[in-house]
This record gives sequence, C-alpha cells and structure tokens, in this order.
Amino acid sequence: MTATNPRISSFREQILNAAKNQTPLSIEGGGTKAWYGNPNQLTKLDTLSYSGILEYQPEELVITACAGTPLKEIEAALKEKNQVLAFEPPHFGEHATFGGAIAAGLAGPGRISVGNFRDFVLGARILDGKGQDLSFGGKVMKNVAGYDVSRLLPGSMGTLALLLEASVKVLPKPAATATLRCQISQEKALRILNEWAGQPLPLSASCWIGNQDSDGELTIRLSGAVAAVKAATPLMSSLVNAYEITPEEAAIFWNDVREQKLSAFTSLTGNQTLYRLALPAACGPLVFPNSNKDEVLEWHGQQRWVKAPGDEATFTAIKKIVSSHGGHVTRFKQGSDVDPSLQRFTLLSEQAHSTALETVQARLRSAFDPAGVFATKRLP
Amino acid sequence: MIVMNMVTPPPDLAAISALQSKLVSALRPILPEHALLWEPEDTIPYECDGLAAYRRMPLAVALPETEEQVAQILKICFEMQIPVVPRGSGTGLSGGAMPLSQGLVLSLAKLKKIISIDPFTRTAVVQPGVRNLAISEAVGHLGLYYAPDPSSQIACSIGGNVNENSGGVHCLKYGLTLHNVLRVRGVLMSGEIVEFGSLAPDSPGLDLLAIMMGSEGMLAVVTEVTVKLVAKPKLARVIMASFDDIEKGGNAVAAIIAAGIIPAGLEMMDKATTRAVEEFVHAGYDLDAAAILLCESDGTPEEVAEEIERMTKVLEHAGATGIQISRDEAERLKFWSGRKNAFPAAGRLAADYYCMDGTIPRRHIATLLKRIQGMEVKYGLGCLNVFHAGDGNMHPLILFNGADQEEWHRAEEFGTEILEACVELGGTITGEHGVGIEKINSMCVQFGEGERESFWGVKAAFDPEKLLNPDKAIPTLNRCAEYGRMRISGGNLPHPELERF
Repeated sequence: MTATNPRISSFREQILNAAKNQTPLSIEGGGTKAWYGNPNQLTKLDTLSYSGILEYQPEELVITACAGTPLKEIEAALKEKNQVLAFEPPHFGEHATFGGAIAAGLAGPGRISVGNFRDFVLGARILDGKGQDLSFGGKVMKNVAGYDVSRLLPGSMGTLALLLEASVKVLPKPAATATLRCQISQEKALRILNEWAGQPLPLSASCWIGNQDSDGELTIRLSGAVAAVKAATPLMSSLVNAYEITPEEAAIFWNDVREQKLSAFTSLTGNQTLYRLALPAACGPLVFPNSNKDEVLEWHGQQRWVKAPGDEATFTAIKKIVSSHGGHVTRFKQGSDVDPSLQRFTLLSEQAHSTALETVQARLRSAFDPAGVFATKRLP
Repeated sequence: MIVMNMVTPPPDLAAISALQSKLVSALRPILPEHALLWEPEDTIPYECDGLAAYRRMPLAVALPETEEQVAQILKICFEMQIPVVPRGSGTGLSGGAMPLSQGLVLSLAKLKKIISIDPFTRTAVVQPGVRNLAISEAVGHLGLYYAPDPSSQIACSIGGNVNENSGGVHCLKYGLTLHNVLRVRGVLMSGEIVEFGSLAPDSPGLDLLAIMMGSEGMLAVVTEVTVKLVAKPKLARVIMASFDDIEKGGNAVAAIIAAGIIPAGLEMMDKATTRAVEEFVHAGYDLDAAAILLCESDGTPEEVAEEIERMTKVLEHAGATGIQISRDEAERLKFWSGRKNAFPAAGRLAADYYCMDGTIPRRHIATLLKRIQGMEVKYGLGCLNVFHAGDGNMHPLILFNGADQEEWHRAEEFGTEILEACVELGGTITGEHGVGIEKINSMCVQFGEGERESFWGVKAAFDPEKLLNPDKAIPTLNRCAEYGRMRISGGNLPHPELERF
C-alpha cells in the first residue's frame, strides 16, 4: 500500500525527521488519556487530522476507522445498527479517539465477560519507525497468515508504531439487560461472582464498592437473550438478597464505572495515587499498608482500584503483595503532589519468568522502530 | 488424505550422516534411550504432518518428557546451530511440522499431563501434548469445557492449537485459541524458560501472548498452557435449512448476523458436499438443495427456544426452501454428522483431496463459490465446499488422484487460485490451518515486502539465529522474487526443492 494520502505523507515526514534528528515523538489523539503512563515533554504527533470511518458492514461485525476518529462517532454509528464495542473502552473525555483507545488498551465493565481490546482487533495499518506503510491482519474473524502484529498494538501506548487505521470486531447489543444490587462483604462477593461465572448464567459485569471492614455494595449486570435474563434475575437475586435497579439508574451507574466518575475514583488527595491492580480470579481480599481500605473491584475482582499514598515505598509494598498473588500494579492516576517521574508500571522483569522477555520486547520494538522514534518510555 | 509412497533421500548423505552422529551423541546424555530416534525406520513416521504431500526425513527426533529436557535440547541445538522443528500431534494441515533434513524434530507428544484443574477460577493447566478434547473430557463432570473445537479435536494437541490459533465450529460465539488461553509457558531457542501472559486479565509490557498465538512453532516451544474453561450450555439445538440457490444461502448467513444473533455454530455445505456426505452418513439431507445451512443455538432452554425462533424467522425470510429443527440430542448429532464427516466422505469420492483454508468477508461467500465452480472446469477437477460460514472461513476440498503427478500439480494450482481469490475479495489465505510450508508462496501475494520484512523482525526478536522452524510461514525475499518470476512464466512447481510423487 502506498501513502498517497497527504496526511499520511506528513506523518511519514514527521517520522523520518524524528529518526534523523533522534527526537522521539509522542503520539496524541484527543489528549483525554494524556495523564496515563509515564509522562514526557517530547514533540507531539497529532493524529486528530486523520479521522473517519472507512468501512462499516454490520453483517460482517467489523468496523474499520482511522486512528483520529472520535470514539463517540464510532459508537454512534454502531448504535444506529444496534451494535456495540462489547468491551466498553473508557473515553475519559469528550474527544477520545479510536486510536487513543486502542493504544491505551483499556476496557470497561464488559471486559470480564467478552474479553479485552486486543481480543477484538482484527487488523491494523501502521507507519513504522522507518515511515513504512504496513498492513497486518485483516477484516475477517479468522486469520493466521503471518504473525498477529495488529494485536500487539492495544496497550502499546504508542511505543511500537503509529497506528493509522484499525479493524475491530463489534457485537450485537444484548437483547436484554438487568442490573441487580445488594449489600455483601468483599469476601462473599468474590466467592459468589466466581461461582456464577462458572455456571451458564448471563452475568456480564460486576462492581463491588466499599470498605473491607463491613459489607460493601455489589452491583451486577446480566446481559443476553430476553429469556435468559428473565430466568436468571430472580434466581440470582434470591441468593444474595438483591434488588433490581431501574434501567436509567443502571445506565448511569455502569457509565460512571467505565468513565471512573464514581466518587471512589475522583476524590484523590494531592499525595495519593489511584493504583490499578490486575489479579487472578483466585485472589481473595487483600490488605495494603496505608490504604484507606476503600476499594472498587471490577471484573469479578480481577481489576481492583485502591487509593494509597503515591510514594515509592507504598508502590513497592503494594507491588510485592500483588505479585505474590500473580498480578501486577499500575500507578493509574496521581495526585498533584506525587512525583511525576516515578515509574507508573510494573516492569516485565519484575514478573516471574519474564527476564528473557525484556530482551525480546526490546528487540521487537527495535524491529519496528530501529531509530527509536516512538521510544517515549510511556510504557516501559 | 494425500497419499505418497516415495521417501525423499536427503541430499549430501555423508555430511548429513556426520551431523547426525554429532547431534545424537550430544543429546544422548540428557534423554532416555527411547526418547531419541535417528534410525530411518524410527523417524519415518515424523517425515510429514497432516499434509502428507510434503515430506522430508529429519536428522533425528527427540521426545522429551520434561520441560527441563526441552530446555536442554534447545540449548544444545542452539550451541550446535542445528535448526529445530517442534511438533505436536502431527495433525497440522499446512506442513508446519515438516522436518528439515539438517534439523531435529522436537516432539512434545510425551508432555501430555493435565497438571491441574481449578473449577473455582475456571482454568486448567495442561502440558502441550494434551489433546484438545481430553481437556473437555477431564472437566466435563464439573459442568465446564474448553470451547475451541477444531475438527481434529480428538487428536490435535493444545500446544499445536496455540501455534495455529485454532478455531472450530463454535468459534464465532466462543472465540479462537487466543480468546481461551490465559498463559503460555515456553522455552526460547536459547534454552531460556519464559511465560507469556498470566492468570491476571493483562500483563506488564507489550502483549507478547498475543503474538505467540498462531506463530507456527517459530517463536518459542510451548511447554505448558493455562486454558480458560467455560460453563457447559444446558442445551443445544440446531436448525438445518435448505436453499435452492447458493447466493440465497450466503445472504441468509449475513441476515442472521445482521439480526443481532451470534449463533453457537453457523456452517454451510454446497450440493456436491451434501450428496457426498449423505451417501456416507444417511442423515436425511435435502439432496436437491444448492446449499444447506446448519445454525446452532446453545444456552438455557429458554434462551435456546428464543434464539431458534428468531433464527427460523430470519431463515424463512431469506428464502429457505426447507427448515428442520433438531428435536433431541440424537437428532442434533445426526444433522451435524454430515458436516463433521465431510472429509472422510471426500476421501470416498476421489483417491485424494486437498483441503484449502481461506477466509473471506461473509458477504462474498456466494461470489467465491461461483468462482470456484469456474475453476472446477478450468482445472478439470471436482471440489466440495464446506465452510464455517459464520466467520467466512472456507474449506474447499479439491478432489484429485495423487498417483497422477500432473493431476496433483493441477490441484495445487487450483488451490493457489482459490487463495488468491480470497485475498482479492478482502480475505486471507489461511483462517486456521496456518501457512506452514504449503502456503508460503501465497504469503508473497497477501503481503508486501515491508510486512514480510517486519515478520522476520518479529521472528528475530525471539530467535535471532533463525533456528526454530525457520523455513515455515514467512517467505524470504528471494523466495518471493522467484515465485513472482515463476508466476509470470507459468513455470515450475512451487517447491522445486521437494521431492514429489
């Protein structure tokens, strides 16, 4: 494929100049997630100008769009055909882009039942660090021709290549949904959520909010066929003494979870950090030093949000506990007084049996980007 | 199956034999006697995988019993710079496990333990040689199963599934291997043990687990896989719908998806296939139908009833000439029996068949089928079409007589033209069988030089010396140049270096 598009030509020019001058570029879309990952003061490569839905065939369950396309434009197009991005990527702002959402690789409440962003990426067109216009994967569900390079992009935070376009699988909006709520301890919530997940029940999302010292509030979402949701609602409600909340209230709640608008997320003091914990399903309640014990648990406990001081000692202590359970920690959001230069992520080398993979990862990056055009270190 | 009787004599016997002795004496101290084969009568079963048209004798075959032995073998071969071809059950259909005459075959068949099963977290940890179906059998009593179900599931191994990113008839709803594996443990060519992914929902750094999926044994040797288990649906029912026109059948597939339904399975067979399988299984298929669709629904009884009703309406509206809904499990299996037996039925129609694996956007199904009809005339060979219609993955079975070398040549050309049509229609040359050695030339058609160079970059990131299954999946620049010249001159066979029947 040749880059006849003037915007692509200008991206390429910017990349080639950056390579020549050894000045890395920080890729940015709508800037809604600029706070995520290790910060930098580098020159920006702005993708907003490369925008638009290129192809959307609802019966193919695939949408192809440019990186700079507003995420809300994509979701609006899907909504018209009663389809959705089932993993519910967070926007975190009005101007979130398709490319930015892919680069961040984040997913919302639906992730636990349908998979994460990379599970839905089918193909991508990129400019690599040499300015080469390359296409990987495609627009079909099954494809094993060549290595699956397009699935390396979600969560790569712009450190591998410039994403130009991507094809993403979409799903029909579930025929029915219901949201149930109850008061329950974290321990009991984790147990019953995992039990339910192993049964043929239409459980699609969960969120537990509270303090470990007492019962918290568990909200669960059921999605699927009308009959399935109807049958499961009384059955599951009776087990935890839950009540159903209205569809309007439910829609606001799940959006607040996805967009982190709940007070548990927003009330961060200056010296605090909001830590994101990714944990195996087997992990029970965890106690951390200096945390105020208020927690938000999503994905049946596999994604947890903890507020604690942002100093390195606290991060290290949390990392130690989490990694002993087979998980990892990210400094997701930081208060204004926390040193911004502290590493935001758990390093690959801090994980078991990953030392050799650090080398692999470095070589992989240099294969796509030998001059280090995208070496922002935003993701280590 | 493609039959071939001749064994390829390896080139330069003296050099090969010297290398063989060196390798065998290096591996002997670390492997039990029965785990190292080098006599031709012992290594001959390893000369090919499920694609028997391509065969070669390896220097030796190692059958390690522990991960530690795998690591030691790789380290030794790394030091000796001897290439290694990993092998699972040998059911692959693209020659991905074809040996190198100066290389070692590393069979993972003896690593076949199910290490642990955890019903609470819905996971199982298994060794790579565990058969796909054995996982579901081992966890069935817990109300769980492992979802990807490639047709070869009784025989194929989970290590092979990871390396081909295998799907199956239910992957439209339940996903591919990629979507059902949490963690892969493996050994790099250097002998280093690594883990891709974790039991957590994501892992630090780039998503290296994703790139391992479907990597055709070229990046690391899999030694352990943690799979996701899902709740067994309470019920499954299937609709069998007939269409008097292929186009209408193709449109019906699109209409089901457009109606917001993701069936558990959505398969299609053309008339030639229906006739061939009916003779074989006597399932009561409509022999006059131009196309038969099988649409499965699974879930709770209420869910299934609702979905079957919705799908029936869509199929009627799409012009189905006949609709039958399975009344019980026995009838469901009967309806499926033809689809599941398409390959053996093809084997009864002709001495050999050549199975293709292209994927196209669903809306082009009828277009491709019509083109294949034209190609049948052009090449003078019959073709049965069975496919995973739900995800556009086609398995045309080209019928030919392998005893006739010219006919095999025509079958190969026929297959290549189908794959090129798939690329042209916006699809891909392989949905789930892999590129292996078979489709390596077609990679020159699907990808440009830049992409192919990037693939080599990915390969080198894991295996800089290019020792792990180095001749598969990714064509070299020279090979593509050669292929381009050959295509222009309408010349020789695609793999001149290989002996043929």
